[in-house]
Amino acid sequence: MKKAILLLEDGFMLEGNGFGADGEALGEVVFNTSMTGYQEILTDPSYRGQIVAMTYPLIGNYGVNKEDVESARPWADGFIVKECSRVYSNWRGTDSLEDYLEKNKIVAIEGLDTRALTRRLRQQGAMRGIISTKDMDKESLLKKVLGYPVMAGRDLIKEVACKEPYDWPGSAGKKEFSVVCFDYGVKFNSLRLLDIAGCRVKVVPAVTSAKEVLGYKPDGVFLSNGPGDPAVLTYAIKEIRELLGKVPIFGICLGHQLLGHALGGKTYKLKFGHHGGNHPVMDLETKKVEITSQNHGFCVDMDSFTDKDVILTHVNLYDKTTEGLRHKKLPFFCVQYHPEAGPGPHDSGYLFGRFMDMMRKFKRR
Amino acid sequence: MPKRKDIKKIMIIGSGPIIISQACEFDYSGTQACKALREEGYKVVLVNSNPATIMTDPQFADSTYIEPVTPEVVEKIIAKERPDALLPTLGGQTGLNVAIAVAKKGVLKKYGVEMIGADRRTIEKAEDRDLFKKAMQKIGLDLPCSINVRSMNEAKKAVATLGLPIVIRPSFTLGGTGGGIAFNMQEFEDLVSRGLEYSMIHEVLLEESVLGWKEFELEVMRDRRDNVVIICSIENFDPMGVHTGDSITVAPAQTLTDAEYQNMRDAAIKAIREIGVDTGGCNVQFAINPKDGRMVMIEINPRVSRSSALASKATGFPIAKIAAKLAVGYTLDEIPNDITKETPASFEPAIDYCVIKIPRFTFEKFPGADPTLGTSMKSVGEAMAIGRTFKEALQKGLRSLEIKRFGLDPIIGEIDFDTSEHLMEHLVKKLRSPNDARIFYIGDAIRLGVSLDQIHQWTSIDKWFLQNIKEIVDFEAVLKKAAAVSGGLKERLPKKLMQEAKEMGFSDKQLSIFFGASEDSICELRKAHGVETTYKLVDTCAAEFEARTPYYYSTYESEDESRPSDNKKVMILGGGPNRIGQGIEFDYCCVHASFALKELGFETIMVNCNPETVSTDYDTSDKLYFEPMTKEDVLNIIDKEKPWGVIVQLGGQTPLNLTLALKKAGVNIIGTSPESIDAAEDREKFKALLDKLKLRQPPNGTARTFEDAKSVASRIGYPVLVRPSYVLGGRAMEIVYDEDTLERFILEASRVSGEHPILIDKFLEDAIEVDVDMIADGETFVIGGILEHIEEAGIHSGDSAMVLPPYSLSEEIINKIREATAAMARELKVVGLMNVQYAVRDNKVYVLEVNPRASRTVPFVSKAIGVPLAKLAAKVMAGQKLKDLGFTKERVPEYSSVKESVFPFNRFPGVDIMLGPEMKSTGEVMGIDDDFGRAYMKSQLAAGQILPTKGNVFVSVRDKDKRSIVFIVKRLIDMGFGVIATEGTARALKKSGIGKLETVHKVYEDRPNILDFLTDGKISLIINTPSGRIPREDEIKIRSTAIMRCVPCITTISGAQASVNAIEVLLKKDLDVKPLQAYHNTK
Repeated sequence: MKKAILLLEDGFMLEGNGFGADGEALGEVVFNTSMTGYQEILTDPSYRGQIVAMTYPLIGNYGVNKEDVESARPWADGFIVKECSRVYSNWRGTDSLEDYLEKNKIVAIEGLDTRALTRRLRQQGAMRGIISTKDMDKESLLKKVLGYPVMAGRDLIKEVACKEPYDWPGSAGKKEFSVVCFDYGVKFNSLRLLDIAGCRVKVVPAVTSAKEVLGYKPDGVFLSNGPGDPAVLTYAIKEIRELLGKVPIFGICLGHQLLGHALGGKTYKLKFGHHGGNHPVMDLETKKVEITSQNHGFCVDMDSFTDKDVILTHVNLYDKTTEGLRHKKLPFFCVQYHPEAGPGPHDSGYLFGRFMDMMRKFKRR
Repeated sequence: MPKRKDIKKIMIIGSGPIIISQACEFDYSGTQACKALREEGYKVVLVNSNPATIMTDPQFADSTYIEPVTPEVVEKIIAKERPDALLPTLGGQTGLNVAIAVAKKGVLKKYGVEMIGADRRTIEKAEDRDLFKKAMQKIGLDLPCSINVRSMNEAKKAVATLGLPIVIRPSFTLGGTGGGIAFNMQEFEDLVSRGLEYSMIHEVLLEESVLGWKEFELEVMRDRRDNVVIICSIENFDPMGVHTGDSITVAPAQTLTDAEYQNMRDAAIKAIREIGVDTGGCNVQFAINPKDGRMVMIEINPRVSRSSALASKATGFPIAKIAAKLAVGYTLDEIPNDITKETPASFEPAIDYCVIKIPRFTFEKFPGADPTLGTSMKSVGEAMAIGRTFKEALQKGLRSLEIKRFGLDPIIGEIDFDTSEHLMEHLVKKLRSPNDARIFYIGDAIRLGVSLDQIHQWTSIDKWFLQNIKEIVDFEAVLKKAAAVSGGLKERLPKKLMQEAKEMGFSDKQLSIFFGASEDSICELRKAHGVETTYKLVDTCAAEFEARTPYYYSTYESEDESRPSDNKKVMILGGGPNRIGQGIEFDYCCVHASFALKELGFETIMVNCNPETVSTDYDTSDKLYFEPMTKEDVLNIIDKEKPWGVIVQLGGQTPLNLTLALKKAGVNIIGTSPESIDAAEDREKFKALLDKLKLRQPPNGTARTFEDAKSVASRIGYPVLVRPSYVLGGRAMEIVYDEDTLERFILEASRVSGEHPILIDKFLEDAIEVDVDMIADGETFVIGGILEHIEEAGIHSGDSAMVLPPYSLSEEIINKIREATAAMARELKVVGLMNVQYAVRDNKVYVLEVNPRASRTVPFVSKAIGVPLAKLAAKVMAGQKLKDLGFTKERVPEYSSVKESVFPFNRFPGVDIMLGPEMKSTGEVMGIDDDFGRAYMKSQLAAGQILPTKGNVFVSVRDKDKRSIVFIVKRLIDMGFGVIATEGTARALKKSGIGKLETVHKVYEDRPNILDFLTDGKISLIINTPSGRIPREDEIKIRSTAIMRCVPCITTISGAQASVNAIEVLLKKDLDVKPLQAYHNTK
């Protein structure tokens, strides 16, 4: 076993053992409270620029497989667990987590007090940090950490989004709708669910213009999740603003935040973000509570809207933060959380149906 | 939605006595529910026959009926109380069955009572296999293929399609009673006929075998707005085929991907909606084929359960409490999470540790019982352990069991094998067929180099679990290697190695064995190395939010979250896992102590590892440490918290056994001093004390060897009572009539007794035994209660029926007992509780035993006299005086209270039900009424002994009882019973002028014999006193057949007398119900 160090920008340091790739990993350290779904988490492009610490201590138990991926490769910059299982046990398992991380060159650390780390992050907020299996000098590591950019102000979507438009290879059968998906770092499960709901999906790069999108004559536009700070993505916001009212839009996570900006609102950074699969969100219209999959560090500020037609539709029952929006007149809606799950509960899948309804209505108009 | 205003009074049905598969988890749930409902301003009417429960304390309900939990009685209570609603989901299967029965009788309709939580339709949909199957198929959920049958013929047709092995499940029974797996036709026929018998509706489900599949459970909650959350997932270490109550279980599920977990979650939610559990908790069980992932639904329990109690303790989410609030109309988002205070209960707990539950078995109590585990539950208790890894939790859990193992210790070394082939044969057998020690055999198999693949093939246990066990064993080898190097302890066991060992859950005791050092020196070295125990919080949210409720477990990591205060603190040591002899009664006392000391302004700290109990509710004490009850674990907490005082006398033998170690460590043990406790246990000191007080004791002596024992026995004369010291529940206690048998028992007793000597007493045949509970503060000595045993001496006090106040003792004898008790308490300087057992013979009072601690009868006595003895005791221990507490005089109620024991014999077919000095009962019930006959009758009814009012009585008694039985038989005949007797007994009866009887053959004489009569239902009551010290095989057969056929079987003359009284009462007038509060107010 090789020694490894985790160091945060405030000097908080834990020693453990390295697994996965050798080397150094820098990123914003966040914790995720999901007890299952580490493969989906690792492959979620929204974790670009972040080192993920799992609060559940026993990770890797079921290995990795071919199906449970949210993109073509893992994106998290580093991985922190209490104990990585040496064997994996599951009929679909094809590889161990350890080998998977090594093959994908992801530096990981285990054998450290991840609860102490979580408590630190909860109290101090998300921080930059480093995992190192090479450099063991605290001073030098701290310098590297402080040299790493802070998350606020970062544009990361270009790193993770597709470079060329492509058609999502959907299931057989006739599709009722054609949808264009802005890829800011889209999770495959959104595309899978759009497909199942009856959409032919064209995935386009984050930098695609509204004109190009409308050129595809879509029934609806889907704004995906993605990493980084929404406030700096002015080019994306501009195109979304162009699309408002012209075509039904459904936004998730970063897509929701960008819609917020497009409507003239603002976003702010949460202290340590929401990352997990157990947050209760209330649909204010039905008063029903759904248990949601969450992964975001920024949040839409409802008070920032001057447009009185922007309506809060979903609220997080943990901290009362904004979880969903719609507009009284414009045909769009969006949520901060992840109705596509992967990982997480399926309670919110109905939103895909709601999107279909909206497109249907818009079509008939 | 706000709470309902249209209901004001709610009835809760408790689960009755502690039996296998229904233990104190239902007291935990029921107590939470009572508290929650009263908090909301509802009036609560409670019925439960179990006096040892917290829920039946009069302050937890507005009307508390300690009455038999039967449909007839519940109907009477409903008629009297007229509740608006009935909450049927908190009293286990008993509560559910009784609720359904009263609903079916039309009682609820007649009195306008609404069933809340789950209604009749829902319960039937979940419980009736056929309806359940249809419901699940309707929503497209996969089930094992199955066929319902109502006769052997139908069964045989069904097995032809389903094939063997096949699962047999009787409909509507408790904890899978009577179910099983058949591998051949013989077994199949046996199980089907037994199952048809056991089923309340004479129906059995035959099911495709999913033996060896992975088993999972989800705890689900739903509110009236259809919000559904999963509180906890549980994965069984033992795959399908072992009852989940007997399985080692792990939370959360370990080997499911998110996709599979979510699929299971979706299925559970769909199911709970379809079944129609409107509000409350529900347990859903699944099996998964490890080869292809096919998931099938096994069953749904639309109520709180053993698993929901476990899930509550494992996550910090109080399922029963929330279920009660949902039942009266709240929605999940309206109820705050108690632990974080700021977030709502509408969420799914995230946990950041591993929880393991390990069942506790007591096969040693039932010689002849089959220790193979199957679909019928056999364990009597459980321990739960929390660790940051599976390995740590497993080792903590194993040492929590108190079975003289300190972690994953080897087991094979304890047995001698002549050849290695024999050893392997034994090992393979123990791995292949599930048994109580399988986990240890797995460790041994790995030690012997058997591959994990091979072990998996034999056990079907998931390889992830096996790998973790292997890592423990591998590390053990590392430790042993280090231990073998020459050098000092410190050099051989350096800091890093020590730290790693502790992280893997190795106990100081295990290390002391590996390193050939004392446990104390390991502990010292650990501290010298600075390897510190760290405490983490169970907080429902994996540290995402701040937790306000201090509920801790230990681990070895970098950060310690405990927050010791400067308050004056008292720590209460609980009783660990339930077992026969130490169960809910002691937990009851611990809980009371916590309540009492809080009232006095102390900070209370509870330590225990039993997830079923009220003591381990995070709400009970100011702080809860969920930890093994070992010297190491307890002292670590004491080091951290530095309590002002520690209470050891309430949790039974478990904490008491720690007394000396705690004392040595300088801990302030409050209450009766450890010296006094020792003086009462130590034979020589105790003898001196009695001599001083001029009290009589049966002739006795102590022995450490057979030779000693022989000379003691010949000096005092046979029969003698042999027993180990410092044990509870009469473990290895026997009445010995001759030298040959003496040798055998000395061997067993010395094994159990360990370093302590064996006690030998002259056995007083035919004496009346008396139990006395006393409370004292060093100045004032007050009798709590004097309980006369109904069975004669020789039957363990925990198994004996007792009555308070005594019904046959003269005032003179009672006064002698009072004086003797006070004299001993004074001499022992008792501060707190004391229990004395006496034998009365020929107008002489003999002291059998003194225990300066809480006894099993404390809750019963408290309820009988209306004084909370355990609470007062805790206050006295903390320095208060009885005078100031207002309890200075014994209270002798005018009504009669009977305590009757309940036995698990129906779980162990073929085991003799004869009672003796070794305790065998799992629980107790209480009957209260104006006179002894009625109270006794209620106690029998509550214990499930349905005394007949007509039919035939079978009588077969030993020679010595042949005179006393005459009067009993005469009375029975007068009441209209027919009498059937064996030849010898018949002859004696005829001689006494009883002509009207039938003679029947003994089992081996001829056919038809008594067994045929029993099987044909010709007998409705059996009076059969054992012929001698070793029961004859035919007697065993009669008694066990009676148990299986639910025919009451009385094995003592005094029991027969009491039963005849009760039958007489029953014939005269129907029974009446009255709440405890009314009894207490009229005293």
